[in-house]
Amino acid sequence: MRFPVYLHNVATLALDEDKCTGCGACLDVCPHAVLVRHNGRVRIDDRDACMECGACATNCPVQAVTVQSGVGCAMAVINTALGRSSSSCCCVIETSEQKAANSSGSTATPR
Amino acid sequence: MSYTVDPGLYAVGQPDAGSPVLVTANYKMSFDRVRRSLDGRNAWLLVLETDGINVWCAAGKGSFGTNELVLRIEGARLEQIVSHRRVVVPQLGGPGVAAHEVKARSGFRVTFGPVRCEDLGRFIDAGFKAAPEMRRKTFDTWERLVLIPVELVDALKVAAVAVPLFFLLGGLGGPGTFWSNALNYGLFAVVCLVGAIVAGAVLTPILLPWLPGRAFSLKGLIPGIAMAVVLVGLRTSVWASPPAPLEIPAWLVLVPALSTYLAMNFTGASTFTSLSGVKKEMRIAVPLQIPAGVAGVALWIGSRFAS
Ligand code: SF4
Ligand code: SF4
Repeated sequence: MRFPVYLHNVATLALDEDKCTGCGACLDVCPHAVLVRHNGRVRIDDRDACMECGACATNCPVQAVTVQSGVGCAMAVINTALGRSSSSCCCVIETSEQKAANSSGSTATPR
Repeated sequence: MSYTVDPGLYAVGQPDAGSPVLVTANYKMSFDRVRRSLDGRNAWLLVLETDGINVWCAAGKGSFGTNELVLRIEGARLEQIVSHRRVVVPQLGGPGVAAHEVKARSGFRVTFGPVRCEDLGRFIDAGFKAAPEMRRKTFDTWERLVLIPVELVDALKVAAVAVPLFFLLGGLGGPGTFWSNALNYGLFAVVCLVGAIVAGAVLTPILLPWLPGRAFSLKGLIPGIAMAVVLVGLRTSVWASPPAPLEIPAWLVLVPALSTYLAMNFTGASTFTSLSGVKKEMRIAVPLQIPAGVAGVALWIGSRFAS
């Protein structure tokens, strides 16, 4: 079995081959080489290796590749289910409002 | 001690108008690693405001993103400082940074750099080209090892609350005096808690690639069961007092249940689990873990007061 790879057939990744222009932007950002170029066409090669980070979808200029992105973290799922928003690093699934609030906050301190 | 650096443009070495611009987060460790990996090369470092969070987590949250990058490019007047129009963004910033939007809004072309900082020098020397292995996020034994302390601290925090309770309940009921009971049964409870934590938060991460199953909770079951068997063996052989009735079954259930729960939590530290996958795993695992945990505790409390 190749490692690392997670559950079979759960990733929400989808590629609309008719929309795809073959620009290759998605190929560079994927940390698990899920997408490959084959005979000039881009296609999903290893869906089970997809961690739903969303990098490919963010970087596709024509929305040909789509994925329901999120952080694969059990604690985040528990926190969300309990209505908590813990601040521990990766372990929060945030709403877009919280995201906006986060990115505008400023807490930098001089070295 | 400060974990952040001020966002903005920094010079590493003696960069000029032709030097590369490398984008990073204002997490001090990210900043230092990029600086170190340059190894004497001259470059500009454009630091984004991510509230002291590393690139990957910040990209997932959106703070390391297109908007922030465009604002920092403008704020630093980058177009007057360098003659080229390229910024190198760490590949793991991909979920937040849309290269085509950055280009449209700032005129700068985003080139995604390697996943690991250590490859940065080779990436620059190769003319901003990443070899395929530089694009892969791995999860090797060393990468898993360094994450274990974080998992351990989290688990031990919870255990710190449970330990006095186990001592107290261990002391109540049973044959001898409160103190001898607390020592015999309470101490073994603490040993079992530690054993379960070792199984789920240390052994499972280390053995991850070789444990059967794909779901982490399933992977955590084997070390959990092995640990339970070893502990029960200890309890029935070298331990000072004989086990109370129900005490053995209690730990045979509780130790594996705790181990699979902790193993499941390691999904957050791993670099390849998807949210859909974690949700699927939890739909099956949690409805088994909770009753097992409750049953285990009930059995153990029963063992204190039965007979
Ligand atoms: S979501 Fe992430 S892991 Fe999945 S294909 Fe896209 S870039 Fe690759
Ligand atoms: S980024 Fe979009 S258009 Fe470009 S190759 Fe990938 S899927 Fe096709």
